[in-house]
Amino acid sequence: MTVLAIAAKELQLYFTSFLFYALATVFLVLAGYFFYTNLGFFVLMGGMDLPRGLWQYEFLDLQRLLLVLVPLLTMRLFAEERKLGTLELLWTYPVRDVEIIGGKFLACVAVVTLMLAATAAYPVMLARFYPVAAGPLVAGYAGLWLLAAAFVACGLAVSALTDSQLVAGAATYGVLLFFWVITWNEAAVNEVTLHLLVPFSLFDRFYAFARGAVDTRNVAYLALFTVGFLCFTFFALDARRWRGVR
Amino acid sequence: MQAMIEVRELTKTFGTVAAVRGISFTVRRGEVVGFLGPNGAGKTTTMRILAGIFPPTTGEVRIAGRDPAREPLACRRAVGYFPEYAPFYPDLRVEGYLRFVARMKRIPRGERARAVAEVLGSCGLESVARRLVGTLSKGYRQRVGLAQALCGNPPILILDEPTIGLDPGQVVEIRDLVRALRGDRTVFFSSHILSEVQTLCERVIVIARGSLVGEGTPLELGARLGRRQRVVLRVEGPADDVATALAAVPGVERVERGADGFVLEGPAEGDTARAAGEAMQRRGWPIRELRAETPDLEDIFLELVGNGDGRA
Repeated sequence: MTVLAIAAKELQLYFTSFLFYALATVFLVLAGYFFYTNLGFFVLMGGMDLPRGLWQYEFLDLQRLLLVLVPLLTMRLFAEERKLGTLELLWTYPVRDVEIIGGKFLACVAVVTLMLAATAAYPVMLARFYPVAAGPLVAGYAGLWLLAAAFVACGLAVSALTDSQLVAGAATYGVLLFFWVITWNEAAVNEVTLHLLVPFSLFDRFYAFARGAVDTRNVAYLALFTVGFLCFTFFALDARRWRGVR
Repeated sequence: MQAMIEVRELTKTFGTVAAVRGISFTVRRGEVVGFLGPNGAGKTTTMRILAGIFPPTTGEVRIAGRDPAREPLACRRAVGYFPEYAPFYPDLRVEGYLRFVARMKRIPRGERARAVAEVLGSCGLESVARRLVGTLSKGYRQRVGLAQALCGNPPILILDEPTIGLDPGQVVEIRDLVRALRGDRTVFFSSHILSEVQTLCERVIVIARGSLVGEGTPLELGARLGRRQRVVLRVEGPADDVATALAAVPGVERVERGADGFVLEGPAEGDTARAAGEAMQRRGWPIRELRAETPDLEDIFLELVGNGDGRA
């Protein structure tokens, strides 16, 4: 109940802020542009596996957009409340930290879900001209949504560490990029290390979803990533509270 | 009387800085108690601990008889807290914000609207209920801060510098509001403005550098300090003769000659003013002014806070 009250307040703050509309516009314009160019590419190349190849490219592009945009949505969650001093006020209400964290997480995930849902217009439009298979779409969107939740959890955790939104945003980029590019220089690392690193790469995990495969290991990894960062948020808040740092 | 706030040997250290060094006090039901001290004395830290924001380093706290470490939510429900500088969400409307607070305080759904209307009314916020908090004047924002503390009618109110940064008119408004809150509620409020505490509180707790330096009514505090009577006297008569005559009055221990009168000092007990007046009358010198000064909280405060770590 209290979780929903916190979530409702966060949603209200999102929907009354210019930042949200700016980010949603950037997201939708770029997503539309990617869809248009990807579609053009596949139509011109003809004969390729349109339903699968097109969505694969589209999902990889959307994933990059999420990487850029989600930290800008999460950076304010705790940093702003710290700066305003309202977090201190929340702590005097009969509310558990878990409820505060849960409410903020739910609100931000809802916002990202809304943005992702708007991109469903592309397959709906395309379905009028060309048969669209539902399977790969469902897998891709499930992956995108899990990935978005993981990004949000990470951003929330970083935001709990500082009272500067800018620092929160920048540090979230740092953490996400690290988990992203962890295997990019695979040629340079020896095989043993690579073996250890691959399971942690968000990019590699998501790639399977984009190709239309829902693998429980990948679902579990993204879910663990999310839960892990939510727990981290809890301990970060608790630690700062004990030290009496705003 | 039931103790609503109990603090025993409370300490709080931040890293190497000791903000509160072992203070103990009790606030009973229905009392209005002022918490005085210079800036940096540990007032806000103590109040934050009482409000449940963070736990003490050592020592015990009881809120309405409960231990915040064991029953944090029950304790927080009993307390309405007004933090220094009244933080706010600039982008929420007054009414919407208070509805949010009502939900945070777990007021049942059916009673929320009434609870919000009640605090809007008691804090004089009806006319700005639809405004964004960020567009309100400082005085109104302060009232919003009080409204959120009052919301849900908690039995204990902890107000941290409720009048800081306001203009004199607004200070009076907030003061009247706090006065109106008395009654069954227990009010514990901090200030470094003495006149405020003097007009609002029955009892004062003074801290300095994290330690308790005085506790009691303003009068008690004065007596405990061994405060002496001061009498101001203006009289028409030859100054030297008057001074000699005054020095001879029983109970007068010191005569100070000012520009337009005399200041007499005597022991705390006895009526020095009366004795001095009678002495002047006997000699036929007309009295222009005769006044016994009661110990001023300001003087007491300076003395308590000034004499270092010594306890009064």
